[in-house]
Amino acid sequence: MRMCVDMKKCQYHGQCVIAAPDLFSFAEDGSLKWVETIDDSLRQQAEDAADVCPEQAITLEG
Amino acid sequence: MAPRVVVVGASLGGLRAAEALTSLGLAPGQVTIVGAERHPPYNRPPLSKELLEDLGDIPDAFAKTAFRLKPEVAAAHWRLGTPAVAADLGTRLVHLSDGSTLPYDALMVATGLTPRRLPFPGGDRQRFVLRTLEDAAALRQALRPEHAVVVVGAGFIGCEAAATAAKLGCSVTVVEPQGAPMARAIGAEVGAALQRLHTARGVRFRTKVGVLELICDRSGTLKGVRLSDGTELEADVLVEAIGSSANVDWLRGQGLDLSNGLLCDNHMRVEGRGDLYGIGDVARFPNPLYDAEPRRVEHWCVPGQTARRAAETVVATLNGAPPPEAEFRPLPSFWSDQHGLRIQSFGLPAIADGIEVLEGALDTPQTIERGVAIGYRRAGRPVAVLAIALPPGRALRHRAFLDA
Repeated sequence: MRMCVDMKKCQYHGQCVIAAPDLFSFAEDGSLKWVETIDDSLRQQAEDAADVCPEQAITLEG
Repeated sequence: MAPRVVVVGASLGGLRAAEALTSLGLAPGQVTIVGAERHPPYNRPPLSKELLEDLGDIPDAFAKTAFRLKPEVAAAHWRLGTPAVAADLGTRLVHLSDGSTLPYDALMVATGLTPRRLPFPGGDRQRFVLRTLEDAAALRQALRPEHAVVVVGAGFIGCEAAATAAKLGCSVTVVEPQGAPMARAIGAEVGAALQRLHTARGVRFRTKVGVLELICDRSGTLKGVRLSDGTELEADVLVEAIGSSANVDWLRGQGLDLSNGLLCDNHMRVEGRGDLYGIGDVARFPNPLYDAEPRRVEHWCVPGQTARRAAETVVATLNGAPPPEAEFRPLPSFWSDQHGLRIQSFGLPAIADGIEVLEGALDTPQTIERGVAIGYRRAGRPVAVLAIALPPGRALRHRAFLDA
């Protein structure tokens, strides 16, 4: 499964980092980092992150 | 026949419930979502924040806020624009406004809130609340530069609307019968600091006074408001942001505890019933992360969290299985945007009895703009952390305060 984050929508709420700490993090400079190819074992985390994003910036494909 | 679940409420809570039910194995055809509004689910927080500033017409606003519908949720039964008007809990029937009825095996209540109104007549066309797309579009039309805007109620919605109106060039006064703005949610000290920030950005405050009456001319046009200390404020626009009440009237008369929303247990069930559940703003439930006291929590994250919990219990119960064993201990969080600054909260600052500044200083608007983090404790135990104007990574790192 592939995960995309629309940085035009992202407002840096950080809810994805809380919901899916294995997939999202903030770098030292404050930018959002994420894993693009999701293993089946982390599928639920990715779906949780997409659900809690207040801006609906996260989409999952496949 | 396959069991049927009726979800009453087609906003965030109802949507998340339908998603969870179908992901847990129910067929779309087993799920019906009933909504009072004619719109499919949309996201409300932007309506008092960034979106209010450049809101177009209602279709445009809906396009900007609509939630994505997963295919299995889109394929469920949707009954939009037909609010539930009653439920018969004995025969398990929901009655809708168009006279139709829906039988159910499990009923999930996600009917949300209705804004309270000031109990005064007059000035109808100049009085606004903020809940729906229509509310926001109507208010946006009225927020013209130089207009005198009176916001009654200095909670989050009132403060966000005041900040947006000021940015649009309106002359804004916030009237708050209690003390500092947002004090009930984030405490008097932080509220007072944010009041100074608002003041520096041109928003005036009249605290510890209420509205006594509306001043209208003979044609019924609103001219101003008279306050409880005898003074008057000019008003072209009146925003009523005095809180909301839970939409539970349609459930009255059947022995439920509806004293403040719908009383639920830790599985989001109405105590003692396997067929009735509460979700989101209407649900008053205990969170053992804090204590055993059931609370209604009006934060954006709660509909998603409670919908998932309720759906897991519904599906287990329909399958004749016991509900999830683990306690439900969701971490509440909320955010607000005011004057371009992000306020981000993790936990429940409302229940705290003391605060400490973890980073920065609350002293002046300038120190707040440089970023502040506040820790909240109750009886010495950390219960919340609040970040104002901090970069996202730094705000999140302060969550470690909650683990102390």
